[in-house]
Amino acid sequence: MNPTRQRRLTIIIAILVAVTVAAALVVYALQQNMNYLFTPSQVQAGEATSYKTFRLGGMVKAGSIQRSNDSLKVTFTVVDASGAMPVEYTGILPDLFRENQSVIATGHMDHARFVATEVLAKHDETYMPKELKDAMAKAHAGKRIDEAANQDKQQL
Amino acid sequence: MANWIPLWLHKLSSPPVFYRFAGTLRPWAIGLALVLGLVALYGGLVLAPPDYQQGDDYRIIFIHVPSAWMSLFIYGVMGVAAFIALVWRIKLAEVVAMASAPIGAAFTFITLVTGSLWGVRMWGTWWSWDARLTSELVLLFLYLGVIALYHSFEDRRQGARTAAFLALIGIVNVPIVHFSVNWWNTLHQGSTIKLLDPSTIAPAMVWPLLTMMIATKLYYVASLCGRVRADLLALEGGKDWVRQIAEDEVRG
Repeated sequence: MNPTRQRRLTIIIAILVAVTVAAALVVYALQQNMNYLFTPSQVQAGEATSYKTFRLGGMVKAGSIQRSNDSLKVTFTVVDASGAMPVEYTGILPDLFRENQSVIATGHMDHARFVATEVLAKHDETYMPKELKDAMAKAHAGKRIDEAANQDKQQL
Repeated sequence: MANWIPLWLHKLSSPPVFYRFAGTLRPWAIGLALVLGLVALYGGLVLAPPDYQQGDDYRIIFIHVPSAWMSLFIYGVMGVAAFIALVWRIKLAEVVAMASAPIGAAFTFITLVTGSLWGVRMWGTWWSWDARLTSELVLLFLYLGVIALYHSFEDRRQGARTAAFLALIGIVNVPIVHFSVNWWNTLHQGSTIKLLDPSTIAPAMVWPLLTMMIATKLYYVASLCGRVRADLLALEGGKDWVRQIAEDEVRG
């Protein structure tokens, strides 16, 4: 390689390294400071107190959805591994909204209740036909019964 | 060591040789891309079963995901070509980098639009400033910046080298787009097709997706060949080999 190319190569690699380091530091910093959403337990720990409006993310607790008879008002509970937060929303919910679905609600705290102005449904990265899902659910349930039976045996 | 590979590459980087090579490659690439694209669309829109939770709406994945892959892949190709152009000043590398930018921008645009359409049906919103969506938008702006910078110079080679510099620096955004769903909490879901772990998609759905991926790659090859050929002719206007082609055209 001739000296000119050598010099260009060195300069460009040095710039690339510098830019990569800068980007890595920005990403690292943003990972700690940039919160797209807060989970119920984070909110209860007081991490979201500095925000007037924020996004709350978690799963809709099974059996917690209550719809009003005379309006579009709906209340439900969003849970994560260790926290729960009652949510109130008036409006049309996305099709995917249902029990045990991940949702992201934007809104503010009103006493101990989260009043949402927008509710979005998240979906996971799994794609399969309905028959397969049903078969898997059945197999899963069967396994659970087997396990329960085994536990019973052990207890006996 | 076999030294015919570097020799062949060296020969291929000469404009007249590449012009002829791209001319032979292009019809094959475009033909295969069309055939595979149609097969993939039939497989995805007709043969594949509906999804258990998204029903038929998930079928936009067969356009959205291959386009998203291409938006990153083309940026990678553009970055490598820009690097070669800056260090070795090879004319062909400059042309390849600059010809890739509009194709990549188009795929990025398709990704954003189809993602938006999918988002409004499933998430309930057209747009959200989450890390994946925002970094993909930055990718589109990088492509547009490269195109704009290239055309803002009177001298095309000067423009290409300056724009190549932006293309090279912007490559740090590519891993950010890819890993954004792992690094941050996002509305966008994680990757379905994984290289190391098993993919979380049924086989009847995955084959059209992968076929479409190959089709889009071939389309890129074909489109790139066409653009590079045109750019080479413009750039080498006064040279003998171009004059030869022009004379042949007139006579033929």
